[in-house]
Amino acid sequence: MPKRIAYKIEIESISILDEHANFDESLGAGTLRDDEAVFLYEQMTIVRHYDEIAFKLQRSGRMGTYPQNKGQEAAAAGAGFAIKKHAPGSWLVPCYRENLALFLNGLPMEKILLHWMGDERGNQIPDGVNILPISIPIGTHPLHASGLAWSLKYRERVMKEARDNSVVISFFGDGASSEGDVHEAMNFASALKLPAIFLCQNNRWAISVPISKQMGSETVVQKACAYGMHGVQADGNDIFAMYKVTRDAIERASNDMKPTFIEAVTYRLGDHTTADDARRYRDPKEVEAWFNKDPLIRTRKYLEKKNLWSADKQTALEAKAKEMVSQIVKNAEGIAKPTSDDIFDYTFATLPDEIIRQRDTMHTHSLGQNPSQETLNAHTHAGAR
Amino acid sequence: MSAVMDAVGALPPRTGDRVIQFREALREAMSEEMRNDERIFLLGEEVAQYKGAYKVSEGMLEEFGPKRIIDTPISENGFAGLAIGAAMYGLKPIVEFMSWSFSLVAADQILNNAPKMLYMSGGQWGCPAVFRGNDGAGGQLGSTHSWCVEALYANVPGLKMAIPSCPYDAKGLLVTAIRDPDPVFFLESERMLGDKAHVPEEQYAIPFGQAYKHREGDACTLVSFGRPVNFCLEAADELATDGIEVDVLDMRTIRPLDIDSIIESVKKTNRIVIVDQSWPFAGIASEVMAQVCERCFDWLDHPPVRVTTDDVPTPYSKVLEQAYLPNAGKIVKAVKGAL
Repeated sequence: MPKRIAYKIEIESISILDEHANFDESLGAGTLRDDEAVFLYEQMTIVRHYDEIAFKLQRSGRMGTYPQNKGQEAAAAGAGFAIKKHAPGSWLVPCYRENLALFLNGLPMEKILLHWMGDERGNQIPDGVNILPISIPIGTHPLHASGLAWSLKYRERVMKEARDNSVVISFFGDGASSEGDVHEAMNFASALKLPAIFLCQNNRWAISVPISKQMGSETVVQKACAYGMHGVQADGNDIFAMYKVTRDAIERASNDMKPTFIEAVTYRLGDHTTADDARRYRDPKEVEAWFNKDPLIRTRKYLEKKNLWSADKQTALEAKAKEMVSQIVKNAEGIAKPTSDDIFDYTFATLPDEIIRQRDTMHTHSLGQNPSQETLNAHTHAGAR
Repeated sequence: MSAVMDAVGALPPRTGDRVIQFREALREAMSEEMRNDERIFLLGEEVAQYKGAYKVSEGMLEEFGPKRIIDTPISENGFAGLAIGAAMYGLKPIVEFMSWSFSLVAADQILNNAPKMLYMSGGQWGCPAVFRGNDGAGGQLGSTHSWCVEALYANVPGLKMAIPSCPYDAKGLLVTAIRDPDPVFFLESERMLGDKAHVPEEQYAIPFGQAYKHREGDACTLVSFGRPVNFCLEAADELATDGIEVDVLDMRTIRPLDIDSIIESVKKTNRIVIVDQSWPFAGIASEVMAQVCERCFDWLDHPPVRVTTDDVPTPYSKVLEQAYLPNAGKIVKAVKGAL
């Protein structure tokens, strides 16, 4: 028998606004309007400033470890805006390098700072905002995204609830694509035909491990194609490309109940977190090359070319960003510290008697937790034989 | 709370002539809850078409259809995580692990996510999911398939754990588990699924954290949970022929643990033998022992005694496995040694 090809795939790579601010009209037509591009440029600039202030807060001891988003703002902006515009009310299931996508969809900006200041109230999401708390273990949350997508579908099909246009989008990095959880999440999304979008920000480094050591595959997205899922690569520093591929993915999810994997090719301009120093392991030439691909630079150039931006507007925006972020920091730092009995809250839906007892006495039955040993005395001597 | 001997509150009688299998009792609990609440669905390996690897879900696909009875790929971590996500958005999943031994590959989801979601989100997203399946030595399944996960998992705050020993409790505890707003780990035994006893037709919910006193006596307190409760009852029969009457307490739930009932009994008998079909090191028996020592040390007339397995992986050979597990003979010996 002649050999035959069992399976063949081709994966598109989408770039609309390149690093020199060249705009591809054929692909870019019908994507972001001028006012929307201006809006996203402003948001990216504000979030860049937010990022820099967060870094300084950590360095001055006012905040714990913080992972900078610097350089990756366009992926969050394009995807987050597509969700906001075409599928509002969708679930966003984040890791920690897509702050702007969360802010665009209703997360108050002080929440992220509060989280990294070590206050779990930063994870309390306001009513009506469908965003899960940021997830720090790598890659465990896309399974929850698949579960939420299952719930959306189940509630529509079994419980006859309106789904509107809601879908679920999870964010993770190239590092997470090596985790089994992510693969199980993709397999379920594909096998159960779920309205899910997997957005992988390939920033090329899993802390200090480069992509070449992380995987033998040419791309990250081809892993998803193995699950029978539509996959697309996009320039992650290009708001137009990111908007377009996310909008297409929303349609595929919402109309056809088919998941999509988006690989956003980008670069972490900063360190992994404030606990890291990437200069120790990255070639400065590589970093410099990516500084030239900075999404803020190319977006500004594009807007200037179209006479949508000016030096004056830039000055005004920077002043606005400063003022905004300063207020956000004040809000985050102004929240009263939790009291120690908060330790016990939310252990269970209804606190069991034993937990209430621990809360009220601040000790367990372990005698070492209770120097006065009142518990012991009460138990042993009150009814001694 | 005192261990109950008879039906309390609205619970129907434990005795009667409606004799069904343990697996049918589980099925009745799930099916009736599913009829009343369409948020509930069952997922796991082989649960639909194949009716469950142990036929617990027989007939459920026909009644509830493939949207609610879902065959999954062999992907425990995957379907556990999927269930957690679904539970975070208003559904009530019942996850069947073919064996709790296989849940080890889902450890991050069931231990690091399910019991912490509510806490870490400041009370916003709970996890009203039931994880259930066979636990303990199933009979020559070898070491990797014979896990008792209770000690390992019960260590984690935020979860509840029920381990029934008989069909009546299986139904009533599973109903409670399904209605519970927190994650519940429900541990069954392959060796008991065919056990038959009276189970009321009506739906009833046995409260968690309430031990059941199967037998009353003042010579010693005999405490266990799950399958070995049955060995304790055999042992108690044998001891009675020698005129030794013991309290037999079935904990029924490990989290919450009805330690008060144990203490109350120990204050009467002044002796305790704890039977646990798992390893001795840092086990549930060790926990019970620690709490007894902390709370009623002065009432003890003999050091607390544990009957556990040997501290080795579960043997594969039939004779070795039998030698390894607790049984009535070992329990009788332990009780007599404590008198």
